Amino acid sequence: MTVFALVDANNFYVSCERVFNPRLEGVPVGVLSNNDGCFVARSNELKALGVKMGEPLFKVRDLIRRHNVRVLSSNYALYGDMSARIVDCLSCFTPDIEIYSIDESFLDLTGMEHRDLIEYGQGIRATVKRWTGIPTCVGIGPTKTLAKLANFAAKKALIDGTSVCDLRDQEVRDKLMTRTPVDEVWGIGRRSAAKLTALGVHSVADLRDMDTKRARSLLTVTGERIIHELRGMACMSLDLLEEPQKGLAVTRSFGQPVIGKDELLSALVTYVTRAGEKLRRGGLVAGHMQVFARTSPFRGDPPYSGSGQASVSPATDDTFELIGHATRILDRIWKPGFRYAKAGVILTDLTPRGQAQPSLLDRRDTDRSKRLMAAMDAVNSGMGRGTIRPGMASATKGWGMRQESRTPAYTTQFADVPVVRA
Amino acid sequence: MPVPVSMSATTLGHGEANLSAGFPSPAEDHGENRIDLAEILVPHPSASFTLRVNGHSMTRAGIHDGDLAIVDRSLTARHNDVIVAALDGDLVCKRLLIKHGRTWLVPDCEDPAYKPAEVTGRDGFEIWGVITATIRFHRR
Repeated sequence: MTVFALVDANNFYVSCERVFNPRLEGVPVGVLSNNDGCFVARSNELKALGVKMGEPLFKVRDLIRRHNVRVLSSNYALYGDMSARIVDCLSCFTPDIEIYSIDESFLDLTGMEHRDLIEYGQGIRATVKRWTGIPTCVGIGPTKTLAKLANFAAKKALIDGTSVCDLRDQEVRDKLMTRTPVDEVWGIGRRSAAKLTALGVHSVADLRDMDTKRARSLLTVTGERIIHELRGMACMSLDLLEEPQKGLAVTRSFGQPVIGKDELLSALVTYVTRAGEKLRRGGLVAGHMQVFARTSPFRGDPPYSGSGQASVSPATDDTFELIGHATRILDRIWKPGFRYAKAGVILTDLTPRGQAQPSLLDRRDTDRSKRLMAAMDAVNSGMGRGTIRPGMASATKGWGMRQESRTPAYTTQFADVPVVRA
Repeated sequence: MPVPVSMSATTLGHGEANLSAGFPSPAEDHGENRIDLAEILVPHPSASFTLRVNGHSMTRAGIHDGDLAIVDRSLTARHNDVIVAALDGDLVCKRLLIKHGRTWLVPDCEDPAYKPAEVTGRDGFEIWGVITATIRFHRR
């Protein structure tokens, strides 16, 4: 039989902030999305105040003031590093890890059934907490879907308060499934849940007992697979290797509306630069680019949404070539007189660098390009993003991300290391 | 419990002398990797953090204002270790004394203005990590 564990960090972004600022312990803390728009992480204290995931900041300003909620901008340099540390720690327990998201990893524990896995899970929690300061919950089950459900039960303390939940036992499973709503199942989104509810499928147990053919016609093969997994039959193994990405997007809402073309171009160049970095980090080249710019649908401004695409041939990972393409697309879609609120660049047709179709007509100096990009990436990763940037991507202007209360990059920038009082 | 493995980015590849003519280098058979300070100072990088010391309470221990402290969180703090602790919302650097089941954080300096603090069972006290090394730059 297979055994999977899902290790999921509790309120991950908030927990990262608390490691370096113990003052945030025990008080309501929230972390905002890019642009300081809405809450993407909440401490338990903030959840208890009724602030929902994705709640826009402006809607709860009053509550924030009344309860002295500590509100922070997101600090992705910190969260990314802490995430990598957790994965390093987990790799000491098993080499079979699937990094599912920034704060969740699946472990394959098949073959360890002879051990007390609850105790093993406690060991994982304690070690991650000790090394990184991040609290986690561990869910264990014979399938990934059940491990995910076990993690949910551990987090909500539905079985007990130990933060580790093992759903391999049929009886424990039955009890939990009967009183858990169906939309808590991994892969059942809001729309699927609505369809299921209409058919009288309310609890996880209802879904587990559903006829698989019926589920298939309602929710495609995904639904059928979920039912098998809920019954304890593993249909998914770990995605050990990172699948090549299909697309890569860098899009942002502007801090203030952008009116001038130069300013819009400057923003786009920054996004393309970022996308180029991501491409190179993944060892990929892009064969297609889409650029869009649009006004805000909420501000009551005259609406405009422009979008254009171009094939990038030969496929490339060179920031300057990508900027050339983006500039030409912008020339086509730009309309003066609008207050642009959001823009972005989306790269698709991604292939690993070595596998790209070479072109007979390619007269580019690819070695020079490779060296230049490598140098740019090295400087920027050592000295902070944006130290070297293309001339058009001027330092933060009105369109720059609004991040008023971001904590320092404690673990990735030498100038930002935390201070300890002696 | 697993022991943290070293994951330092040691650069391998001490190239063998590749001479096309003449005598082979007498050092050829003794190729070793250059000393890697990162590996020595930070044997457990995934569990280690660099902090900057601010204050004068640990000067007798050789820790001065502005020094860098390497903090290893994977170690269990023992009596007499220099540690980082979270204390009432601050991160503090002190010597840990454990005697007869009681715990103190004590300064290590000549200045009597700094006082030991008993933290036995105290809320708002938690050991954050063990300081294994400090670094001071003498030319800035």
